[in-house]
Amino acid sequence: MSAPGMLDGLRVVELASAHAAYAGKLLADMGADVVVVEPPGGHTSRGYGPFVDDAPGPERSLFWWHYNTSKRGVVLDLDTEEGRAQFTGLARSADVVLEGELPGRLADLGVDHDRLRAEQPELIWVSVTAFGRESSRAHEPFTDLTILAGGGPVWSCGYDDHTIPPVRGGGNQSFHIAGVFAVMAALTAVLHRDVAGTGQVVEVSMHAAANVTTESATFDWLVAQLTVLRQTGRHALSVMTQETQVRCADGRYVTTGFPPRHVKDFISLRDWIDAEGLREQCDEIVLLDLAVERGGVSLADLREDPLATEIYGAGRTGLVFLAEHLTADQFFHGAQSRGLATGAVWSPEEALLNEHFVARGFPVAVEHDDLGRAVTYPGAPFRAPSAPYRVSRRAPHVGEHQAEVMGDT
Amino acid sequence: MSPLDAPQDRSAALSHIRICDLTGQLAGAGATRFLAAFGAQVIRVEDPVRQGTWDILRGVPPFVDDRRGIDLGGAFNNHNVEKLGITIDLRQERGRDLLRRLVAVSDAVTENFAAGVFARLGFSYDELRTIRPDVVYVSNSGFGAEGPYTSFKTWGPIVQAASGLTFSSGLPDLPPAGWGFSYMDHMGANMMAVAVLAALVHRNRTGEGQWIDMACTEAGIALVGPDLLDFSVNDRPLRREGQPDANRNRMPAMAPHGIYPAQGDDAWVAIACRDDDEWTRLSGLVGEPWAKDPALATLDGRLADEDALDARIAAWTATRDRFATAESVRALGVPASVVARPEDRIDLDPATREWGLWPTVQHTAMGDVRVDGVPVHMSDTDWRIQRGAPCLGEHTDQVLRDVLGLPDDEIAALHEEGAV
Repeated sequence: MSAPGMLDGLRVVELASAHAAYAGKLLADMGADVVVVEPPGGHTSRGYGPFVDDAPGPERSLFWWHYNTSKRGVVLDLDTEEGRAQFTGLARSADVVLEGELPGRLADLGVDHDRLRAEQPELIWVSVTAFGRESSRAHEPFTDLTILAGGGPVWSCGYDDHTIPPVRGGGNQSFHIAGVFAVMAALTAVLHRDVAGTGQVVEVSMHAAANVTTESATFDWLVAQLTVLRQTGRHALSVMTQETQVRCADGRYVTTGFPPRHVKDFISLRDWIDAEGLREQCDEIVLLDLAVERGGVSLADLREDPLATEIYGAGRTGLVFLAEHLTADQFFHGAQSRGLATGAVWSPEEALLNEHFVARGFPVAVEHDDLGRAVTYPGAPFRAPSAPYRVSRRAPHVGEHQAEVMGDT
Repeated sequence: MSPLDAPQDRSAALSHIRICDLTGQLAGAGATRFLAAFGAQVIRVEDPVRQGTWDILRGVPPFVDDRRGIDLGGAFNNHNVEKLGITIDLRQERGRDLLRRLVAVSDAVTENFAAGVFARLGFSYDELRTIRPDVVYVSNSGFGAEGPYTSFKTWGPIVQAASGLTFSSGLPDLPPAGWGFSYMDHMGANMMAVAVLAALVHRNRTGEGQWIDMACTEAGIALVGPDLLDFSVNDRPLRREGQPDANRNRMPAMAPHGIYPAQGDDAWVAIACRDDDEWTRLSGLVGEPWAKDPALATLDGRLADEDALDARIAAWTATRDRFATAESVRALGVPASVVARPEDRIDLDPATREWGLWPTVQHTAMGDVRVDGVPVHMSDTDWRIQRGAPCLGEHTDQVLRDVLGLPDDEIAALHEEGAV
């Protein structure tokens, strides 16, 4: 048994939702006692695929599994008087209530933060909604796709060819963006309560969260009224830039990063081409030799000296040349071991199985008694050796902890 | 407390917390930005010799006017609002001594140098906790402080490539589209802030500090979870025929679900039809004979040939205004949105305006500038963003005097020695 997590002793009651579940998972994996409350029959996200062996079922949803690790689960029917009383009792034991209900629903049921915090001012209440509960857009229907499209990230993602639609990055990222802000705010409220003694209401807007997760698309407009343009596999900018993504000999892609400017990087690149026995095939080799001879190129040179510009271009072309002659992993290791910052575009499973992350213990085995075996999950987003982030148990079955949790209260 | 930290101008949420902050770029600076917005006293330490340009965003575009210089970069301002800025030359023993004195009075130390750099400067965790036993130390690098790739260098796009995020953002038979910005600088910064806050909660309960080693790539892999479980449980990799197909949805399956062309240049509208009822309503709005095909009445029927369905929807949206389409679809209770251009969501969207999402800061050199706000509101101790990013060394003297208690003659001597 390893040491308790950083949030050991913190009690969280979470009303199950798809979009706030990630916040609850982070808190639970960090050691908080998170009780996720589902309606009878289980939350609808148990119906989200993919499923174990592609067979749907409330205990087979990999979506549910991922977003509800380390939590305990109970079933309460908030549409009944008894269920609401049980929820109120449960919330009384909590430091934090986390919910993603549609705006107005809990007030209509009489179990919103106003009622509960009136008797329990130390309670921290975290609401995650699409636009904020008081927004004029509060009741618009939404999904991950529409939040990311309307909130900004989609505009910046896609291809140089602007007749191809822009792209919504995969993996429910609007839930993650809002969820991590929900956790940041919840913990901020806990730290304030540590000195002030009182809790408060925390509101998270998924739309606002997406809006402040666009890097230059936002500040280029705010500061200089420039509109960024999407570009294949690289930063959207207000001007089109040169490609940085290259298809390697094995069909996989790499991102080449910034071309060399310093002499040591030109030496690395040239020697690398030699080491691969590719000198004769490389049209740029003369310019790369020249780059080494003249000690690299400076940004000032680039503005004034046409030859410097040519040499700088050769550095880039040299990287592309190598990438096209090597596998993605050969290129990545070859470049990084020579101090050149590049990346291999791995699929999620390739990343999970990569030697570096395995050596660091990132993939973790989580016991699934319901499957009769352990399942590999992505592990900690950061290493906290003395109070570890840890997937401590599989996601709960429907009502699995009813007796022990409701017995407690 | 320095006059710059007058309580009425600051959030009270974290006003009792001081951060000794050596972060930069967005991946680090974004973390302490959140803490500063909630009132933490974030003292950002920069290098006087290189004029702070270790942070590549110092002095780079966008600019508010024709002026250029290390204090005038728009990105740097955006990521460093509400922080204090001091300079210390850590090459000098006198400078390192100053940093030790700052660590001694700080709750947390944050940095995102390449792995090992801070330790080589003399500030390993073992050193830090000698100075202050309960210190919280959070380091954030591309591949973390241990492991085979520790020396590998990254920036946002490389982190995203190595974590599976670039790959999972693309369309079939095309190269990865990836993320057109450093998504993992944002999310890495956010996760770094979580680490600082959780470790402070832990310290308050146990009296213990700790070192948290964050590898930004791992924070990234953690963001593609259900796809990873599909692989580890069902042996189904995302690298397979027809995938990724990021504008469609499998979790849960929906159809139609995509980004469709609209009237005008580079104009797009997103539509997500969550169930059969929503399709019935949407097909009524479309009103064309094909939409009444009973085969499309069920999700399975619509998934049977998504390419054909999407082509029909695209033909319908292509001749219509994107705002009008989004509004008429939403009026049916079906999720829809324009693909918002920056100006749409920043200047025209009531939701961001009502939220107060684009506050104006006063920057000493730049003047008044709008910046990102914070997507949370707290009822009692909400964030305040009013002060722009510090100019290089703007608060050195105040911090040395008011935080470290140095007399004026010693501060003058430090300037003369070039230690600050």
